[in-house]
Amino acid sequence: MSKEPVAVVGIGQTKHVAARHDVSIAGLVREAAQRALDDATLTWADIDAVVIGKAPDFFEGLMMPELYLADALGAVGKPMLRVHTAGSVGGSTALVAANLVAARVHGTVLTLAFEKQSESNAMWGLSLPIPFQQPLLAGAGGFFAPHVRAYMRRTGAPDTVGSLVAYKDRRNALLNPYAHLHERDITLEKVQASPMLWDPIRYSETCPSSDGACAMVLTDRAGAARSPHPPAWVHGGAMRSEPTLFAGKDFVSPRAGKDCAADVYRQAGIADPRREIDAVEMYVPFSWYEPMWLENLGFAAEGEGWKLTESGVTELDGDLPVNPSGGVLSTNPIGASGMIRFAEAALQVRGRAGEHQVEGARRALGHAYGGGSQFFSMWLVGSEPPSR
Amino acid sequence: MRPARDVAVVAFAQTDHRRRTDELSEVEMLMPVLHEVLDRTGLKTSDIGFTCSGSSDYLAGRAFSFTMALDGVGAWPPIAESHVEMDGAWALYEAWVKILTGEADTALVYSYGKSSPGEVRDVLTRQLDPYYLAPLWPDSVALAALQAQALIDAGDTDEPALAAIAASSRDSATANPHAQVRGSRPQGDYLVRPLRTGDCPPVGDGAAAVILAAGDTVRGLCERPAWIRGMDHRIEAHGLGVRDLTDSPSARLAAERAGAFERPVDTAELHAPFSSQEVVLRKALRLDDSVRVNPSGGALAANPVMAAGLIRIGEAAAAIHRGESDRVLAHATSGPCLQQNLVAVLEGEPS
Repeated sequence: MSKEPVAVVGIGQTKHVAARHDVSIAGLVREAAQRALDDATLTWADIDAVVIGKAPDFFEGLMMPELYLADALGAVGKPMLRVHTAGSVGGSTALVAANLVAARVHGTVLTLAFEKQSESNAMWGLSLPIPFQQPLLAGAGGFFAPHVRAYMRRTGAPDTVGSLVAYKDRRNALLNPYAHLHERDITLEKVQASPMLWDPIRYSETCPSSDGACAMVLTDRAGAARSPHPPAWVHGGAMRSEPTLFAGKDFVSPRAGKDCAADVYRQAGIADPRREIDAVEMYVPFSWYEPMWLENLGFAAEGEGWKLTESGVTELDGDLPVNPSGGVLSTNPIGASGMIRFAEAALQVRGRAGEHQVEGARRALGHAYGGGSQFFSMWLVGSEPPSR
Repeated sequence: MRPARDVAVVAFAQTDHRRRTDELSEVEMLMPVLHEVLDRTGLKTSDIGFTCSGSSDYLAGRAFSFTMALDGVGAWPPIAESHVEMDGAWALYEAWVKILTGEADTALVYSYGKSSPGEVRDVLTRQLDPYYLAPLWPDSVALAALQAQALIDAGDTDEPALAAIAASSRDSATANPHAQVRGSRPQGDYLVRPLRTGDCPPVGDGAAAVILAAGDTVRGLCERPAWIRGMDHRIEAHGLGVRDLTDSPSARLAAERAGAFERPVDTAELHAPFSSQEVVLRKALRLDDSVRVNPSGGALAANPVMAAGLIRIGEAAAAIHRGESDRVLAHATSGPCLQQNLVAVLEGEPS
């Protein structure tokens, strides 16, 4: 039995900002969904099912928001699913939606992920009460900083690599009208002089807190044939999970990430990701995760990832552009961040990324991770339909 | 529409549902159930193609609560895994779709919920429209009472009929060693008029797990598999004021799409936490007196939130496994007053 090929024919995002006081949660998601429908030139009636995702419900103080959002997302009378896989959720949500099409359960599915961080305080939402966790581990930075330090020690990477990533991503964000941070006066010196938050991570090397939503319309071959704009085709998609903590866990390069990438490359027939993939949207919430994930995803040999960053390979005009959109470092509506990676990868191969378009991108990888570097979701999209 | 692959429930296990489990963490509550379904099939974690769970951070009182449960699965080497912040019945739906794509041949589905640490009536108010409804804290019993009164006003039921449903459920639960309330008891005082204590579900903690398998993989795992002939779910508007609370068009549509009306079922496992909701569902799902409803006792006998829907599918499958049923309708619900409904139709082969 063969799977139905899945195409991305509509993409919509809100302009990500620190606080969208002008809209409710329903208004925020509706805005992104309507833009995705407009991009696909479809209406609400064309949608067979809705799959939404977001990070913990505590971030807005709204339990199981799919119930309240059924009306805003035109889901009344339709199936509606709500995915939650920690930080990887935006990616996982897109994959669950894609499977509905691949399994021929539905023809056209709307998928959406969001976070309205201004409704609450994510850092304290993430800081578990004693006795679940020791004190002074405030927020995600406190959890990830030691693993960054381990990477630096293991590879001998110079201290400056992190700031190069941040400087690149913040400049890329200037080309993306939907990005949260538009720091027009950014300089490398400013990044390097910003306050140290969680050693070795400086303020300018961390992601912002954003309100935002991202939506995609996924459809089958027949739907793709009706699309007025070029679709992006899903060539491979996978999720992998491993426990948070266990003896022998490699926090720097978790096996679940390697296995997930290997599965996606196998499905897509990719033998040499560095040569065969034209653009990468990876989940980099703290600058140093770019070189770390370059190794984990097989774009560089172990210990060599920072050299790609340092030599400019991952710049927008490099031969492996990473996060041309500005990435999570410039925009972080947590639950949506993974889906934005997936959607930006699709925009690249559709040739619809505007000013941050990677010239001639034919294959792009979208990547998301979450929890204690333990949940991974990825997809590889191409400008041509899959041949296998 | 006939599914693209034949998929069956081959094993089901659940905890003994209890009012409190203070001495157990979620993962400690869950682990024996995971071991039980795996042992029953002889499968190991590493044999499972896809794992999917359902749970709620709001019950656990902490963000990312499902990550702890993953420790109970033993996700090493890494596994293909996903999670829905929904009742486990929807986790089963996601796993079923995954198998239909051909990407997996087996799946482990589990869900769990501990209502005991908090006030579940208060907690569930956080599901409501956060701007216009949640600030009023209308609790789950009060909303169900509105629905019950609407049914009485419409002449669809009366208090003695509701009492009969409650008694019948708990009488059936006498034969269910996992149930929390076994044997009928007095209806008690009004909790929220017209609902009496007896019309409402017990508050408690519990977990459940199911194993799915496709096609030839099923052989050797289960003597009499419960084949999923169809499954569908639908949601309704959130605002109670725009719904007809005496009917469930979403349950009816899901049943239709799942093929439930093509041939009669002999048994139905309904996720009706309130006696009045059984009235709505019997009508929407066209279940007459020839159908055995909730031989397990249903949610009136044990209602571990987030697992109670998955348990309905599990109980339906178990009835087929035991040879007591041939064609069963299993139903799960979510949200206030049956806002969202899932229907699965399971069949055993003629024995």
